[in-house]
Amino acid sequence: MSAEDQDQEQTPVAAAPRRGDGADLSVYHGVWVFVELERGKVHPVSWELLGEGRKLATHLGVPLSGVVLGPDQPATQEACDHAFEYGADSVYLMRGPVLTDYRTDPYTAGLTDLVNTFKPEIMLLGASTLGRDLAGALATTLATGLTADCTELRIDDETRSLAATRPTFGGSLLCTIHTLEYRPQMATVRPRVMAMPDRVPGKRGQIIEHQPKMPEEDVITKILSFIPDSDAEKAQLAYADIVVAGGRGLGKPENFKLVQDLAAVLGGDYGGSRPVTHAGWISADRQIGQTGKTIRPKLYIAAGISGAIQHRVGVEGADVIIAINSDPNAPIFDFATFGIVGDALQILPALTEALQERLAARKAAQ
Amino acid sequence: MHIVVCIKQVPDSAQIRVHPVTNTIMRQGVPTIINPYDLFSLEEALRLRDQLGGKVTVITMGPKMAIEALKKCISYGADDAILLTDKVFAGSDTLATSFALASTIAKIGETTPVDMVFCGKQTIDGDTAQVGPGIARRLHMQQLTYVAQVEKVDLDKGEIVVHRRSEGGVQVLATKLPCLVTMLEGSNVMRYGSMDDLFRAARYEVAEWDHKAAGITVTAQCGLKGSPTVVKKVFAPPARAVKAEMIKTEGKTPREVADALLTSVFAKHPKLEMEIGQ
Ligand SMILES: Cc1cc2nc3c(=O)[nH]c(=O)nc-3n(C[C@H](O)[C@H](O)[C@H](O)COP(=O)(O)OP(=O)(O)OC[C@H]3O[C@@H](n4cnc5c(N)ncnc54)[C@H](O)[C@@H]3O)c2cc1C
Ligand SMILES: Nc1ncnc2c1ncn2[C@@H]1O[C@H](COP(=O)(O)O)[C@@H](O)[C@H]1O
Repeated sequence: MSAEDQDQEQTPVAAAPRRGDGADLSVYHGVWVFVELERGKVHPVSWELLGEGRKLATHLGVPLSGVVLGPDQPATQEACDHAFEYGADSVYLMRGPVLTDYRTDPYTAGLTDLVNTFKPEIMLLGASTLGRDLAGALATTLATGLTADCTELRIDDETRSLAATRPTFGGSLLCTIHTLEYRPQMATVRPRVMAMPDRVPGKRGQIIEHQPKMPEEDVITKILSFIPDSDAEKAQLAYADIVVAGGRGLGKPENFKLVQDLAAVLGGDYGGSRPVTHAGWISADRQIGQTGKTIRPKLYIAAGISGAIQHRVGVEGADVIIAINSDPNAPIFDFATFGIVGDALQILPALTEALQERLAARKAAQ
Repeated sequence: MHIVVCIKQVPDSAQIRVHPVTNTIMRQGVPTIINPYDLFSLEEALRLRDQLGGKVTVITMGPKMAIEALKKCISYGADDAILLTDKVFAGSDTLATSFALASTIAKIGETTPVDMVFCGKQTIDGDTAQVGPGIARRLHMQQLTYVAQVEKVDLDKGEIVVHRRSEGGVQVLATKLPCLVTMLEGSNVMRYGSMDDLFRAARYEVAEWDHKAAGITVTAQCGLKGSPTVVKKVFAPPARAVKAEMIKTEGKTPREVADALLTSVFAKHPKLEMEIGQ
């Protein structure tokens, strides 16, 4: 470690300049997206962020860059290529054995170095377990603002700053947060909140390579082993095309079968609102919403779910939303595409039956 | 073994209501609880202490009434509690919060060195999961987030092995003390405090620290001043521009309603009809 890095490590809080201190923030330029590469695979949230980052970069008239950290292996090069294809103009690349598996220290040190060297104005990361671990550490070493779990990102024309909107606690409210006097402006976004951009195969751009400075001897945390999840544990809910969900309005756990039956006929997956997963009607990884999964299916059917903001932000990306609720004033009708005011316990089986017949008729016609 | 656990007192979100006209959160009369995620960390800390000896100190930064939350922790079996409370901390975002808490932990460590710090995975009001990593960075501690299991702690060697949830699997990590851990929800179940602890909690006098007690001499990094993020707007989500198409139900059987729905949906989204049942 060089003396300069040592210094930076010891006094992380002094790293980021702020306007109040007479620092020139205009040197911070461009939008960066952290490309989350783990065990040879890029998390799709990175591409979703490149799609969103493109809009911000265009609005600001600045370049969009991917940031790839990883081992000296073909998968790392591939991640760069894909970043270009999903919209990056350039890629900042840092590779070496020390970056083989994700660990907080070498990744934080590497990214801190890249940011301090090349000075982006906006830095986006996925709100995955990796992204959240890294973003929290990075924002501290850079001493800048970080807004977590954003559901909307815009540029505020007046201040040229990032307006990051996220749900706020408790009620049906959203808040918009700015980082005015510090750079870069950091935000995390959960998987599936933003749409997947189109991929342009073969598109390429400039790679700016920078060497990691932290030697393995300085990395205190070691990975002893990795226990991959079984397929059963990998809930595919977030990426399902059709999702049926039930809420507290279903009354009791036995009634949840009506939701599962409909999902099965549709060839989709099922989930539920928080009260339902908390009560153990279905497993916790099937919770949909702000603190559960965000989904973007082509069709979403919500039965007995009121539509609180924490639920809404998890499903708003659906193409078509069908809501079944006995209360005509339920907030879910404010964002549903189709609504039925009625008893879910009656409508769900009727819907399953009607679909079964249609599918049977379709098969007979083929 | 000296473990510091950071807890936060939060409004019980299940009981929060939004004012229908002003769109502000009505906090009055809303009961407060210990941030539910913090209890998994507190329980893990108590177990380690029971196993290895030493003590657990619980801290929080907040208003005076947070004393109640700290006393609750004592009743679960924590040894000591400190409330960090001072006007200069008002308006702290996560960066300023982690500065105040890290300073406090450093100060606590001057008397009894700290081997481990526990934080919750996230809070239910701030919900950022940033404060833990922030503290770890500032104290130059190793950071272990989303821990599902503490496999072993070897105090003599100053080593710890944990199972950490990551995307698609579990990382088994070995690192050195001191370190900061955030526990995954469901990783343990909070104990019932003993009668002794209950009595002790009732009498326990929580220490109150201001910024000076926490060893903070320059307050530029505290409160609103030390917070890079600014909340510009709080608002209710707008309804979709296009209202939901409501399916008529009067005088219809559930089956007729279902058929009417499917007819409407497939008329507007013909592609969807081909997607289903695949
Ligand atoms: C920090 C935080 C994070 C949160 N994260 C999430 C999250 O990730 N996901 C989530 O879902 N929630 C989350 N919540 C909770 C959220 O605020 C709501 O409390 C929750 O979504 C409500 O669930 P529900 O709609 O199932 O139940 P309720 O609000 O009780 O609604 C039940 C609905 O069913 C209707 N109903 C009753 N009987 C019938 C019937 N027979 N047929 C049809 N309809 C019927 C009622 O009219 C009502 O609208 C979070 C809250 C907080 C504070
Ligand atoms: N004011 C506070 N006092 C003590 N601990 C806190 C405070 N705010 C956050 N924490 C700790 O940091 C964790 C993550 O908080 P957050 O970043 O707000 O999601 C919490 O679970 C607590 O353990």
